[in-house]
Amino acid sequence: MDKMVIKESRYISKKAKILRSVRMTSNEMLFEITLEGGESLDHEPGQFVMASIYGVGEVPVSICSSPTARNSFDLCVRAVGKVTHALHKLEPGDMIGIRGPYGKGFPIRILEGNDLLIVAGGLGVAPLRSLINYVLDNRRDFGKVHILLGCKSPKDMLFINELDSWNERMDVHYECTVDRAEPDWAGNVGVITTLIPGVDLEPERTFAVVVGPPVMYKFVIKELLGKNIPERQILVSFERHMKCGMGKCGRCQIQSVYCCQDGPVFNYEQIKHMSEAF
Amino acid sequence: MKDVQYLVLRKDNLSSFIAHLSKDQKVMAPVSKGYGNYAFEEVTSAEQVALKYIPTILPPKKFFMPQRETLIEYNLQSGLEVNAVLEHEKMTLFGVHTCDLAGIQCLNMVFSERPKDYNYLLRKRGISIIGLECNEYCDEYASCNIVNSNMPNGGYDLFFTDLGDCFVVHVNTQVGDEMVERTKMFEKPSRTHFDAFMALREAKSKIFKNEIPIEPRDIPELFDRSFDSEVWKELEQKCLSCGNCTNVCPTCYCFDLLDEMNLDLNSGRKFRKWDSCQLEPFAKVAGGENFRKSRAARQRHRYYRKFEYPVAKYSRFFCTGCGRCSRACMADIKLKDTLNALIKERMNKLWIKWL
Repeated sequence: MDKMVIKESRYISKKAKILRSVRMTSNEMLFEITLEGGESLDHEPGQFVMASIYGVGEVPVSICSSPTARNSFDLCVRAVGKVTHALHKLEPGDMIGIRGPYGKGFPIRILEGNDLLIVAGGLGVAPLRSLINYVLDNRRDFGKVHILLGCKSPKDMLFINELDSWNERMDVHYECTVDRAEPDWAGNVGVITTLIPGVDLEPERTFAVVVGPPVMYKFVIKELLGKNIPERQILVSFERHMKCGMGKCGRCQIQSVYCCQDGPVFNYEQIKHMSEAF
Repeated sequence: MKDVQYLVLRKDNLSSFIAHLSKDQKVMAPVSKGYGNYAFEEVTSAEQVALKYIPTILPPKKFFMPQRETLIEYNLQSGLEVNAVLEHEKMTLFGVHTCDLAGIQCLNMVFSERPKDYNYLLRKRGISIIGLECNEYCDEYASCNIVNSNMPNGGYDLFFTDLGDCFVVHVNTQVGDEMVERTKMFEKPSRTHFDAFMALREAKSKIFKNEIPIEPRDIPELFDRSFDSEVWKELEQKCLSCGNCTNVCPTCYCFDLLDEMNLDLNSGRKFRKWDSCQLEPFAKVAGGENFRKSRAARQRHRYYRKFEYPVAKYSRFFCTGCGRCSRACMADIKLKDTLNALIKERMNKLWIKWL
């Protein structure tokens, strides 16, 4: 068997350096990362990268910063498996590999000029943060912006400082709820669907963008349809364990579509008949 | 353009033809492994080659997409050196049946679709293919007629048809023509050769009939309506989730991507290895959900990846009718039985509607 170095491979990662790491909860850390030579990642909100620790492995992670921040990007990582646990042990200055960005993100051009109802459940706020910060940086290009956020308990909340700043802005309607409160919690208690009826929206000009655990989609989408938001104006983003990111390895396949190439963002009309989606 | 499409190779010349080819590159051909099993292995003479064989245990995809393949090599010292590598070998495959030629064509489509997979595409350039016609069915598991793969449809450099004491050889490409020129053992066919050749094709058209009572064009519609079929639940009762069916399938290409360090803990590699949608954790995600948790859903996925999804994407079935999945199944799940059961269930539903 002969072996040669090839230039064309799509599997080679770019070298990237961790600039900053912040522990957000007992389980999640935020990493600020820059590509070698200051090269821009040039992503769309909602896309993902394959992050690689040499010798350990590679994992798909959604990019949680807006492309308006051009010199670096953020990844929010929950420690679940071998690679993500190893990532949590890395420190500023450590090198990792980055492939991507991959996939179809949130359709910014289509969203522009419309009202947005952003519904984030749990870790779903991570990919949505790329959209939210993009929208806030280009605020006049969008209509009304509603952000509804839900998580299990106050101590599970991610991006706490930013949530406060979203809450304080006069050009954003922000609400959040927790499934289970703690004694010092003064906010809403209940699942995220309880926030939807109170939102004053014009369904024809509203795009709902929903990201959260699979169980959440069913109930949230039902509420949104009840609000008369058209099916193709309900956008979702799916979690799958991509291995290649290029529509080949089969891991992320949902019936006839590949989440890594055709998604991870889909509109509800595209995927409503796919039982493997939820 | 040279007007030499068909030539003849006398059978007593086959050994020196293979010996000649194997001088400057490996020749891989079907070899008997006993107990009715065959495998593509390196040969240097015709005596080793099983000219009459049922589909090999593994299809020739193992040469195009090895079971384990290094994609990236890295060295963490010296400021992190990372290289993309290609493991390759120049070789000629001899005796590839039409079902396996179809399988290679399917893989070619998948890996040349953008984003292209250059490891596959560059390796493929070094592989020449000599096909071999099936004069009759290999065994009862084959269903090559329904997917139109019992006749040659391209995908080879040379194609051999066995006429007893000689082969009629179709020269399909420049690479094939160069093999002919280099070995100098081929003759012009006579009228008798052509008559025998046409008689064989005529006889074949009587032997090969649709193995399943459905027109190929109606298969996608059958699958459109069978997603919630009881047949998948019946398969669930049998399937052991071992992944044999996907490993031996000439058109299954799912893979896993893994890292491995050398013992020096400084250098290592990323490699891919065959994976299987039939294994329980295949569609599992970090959040804990498994999107094809049941064996029924995984078996259904396998069939839909052969008869429904690729039809929309690549305009062809990704089943080549080779029968390997049925032969390799420890639980006796047979592709023909599954399709028959789907058809029967559909007919019953139609009757109920009419009555």
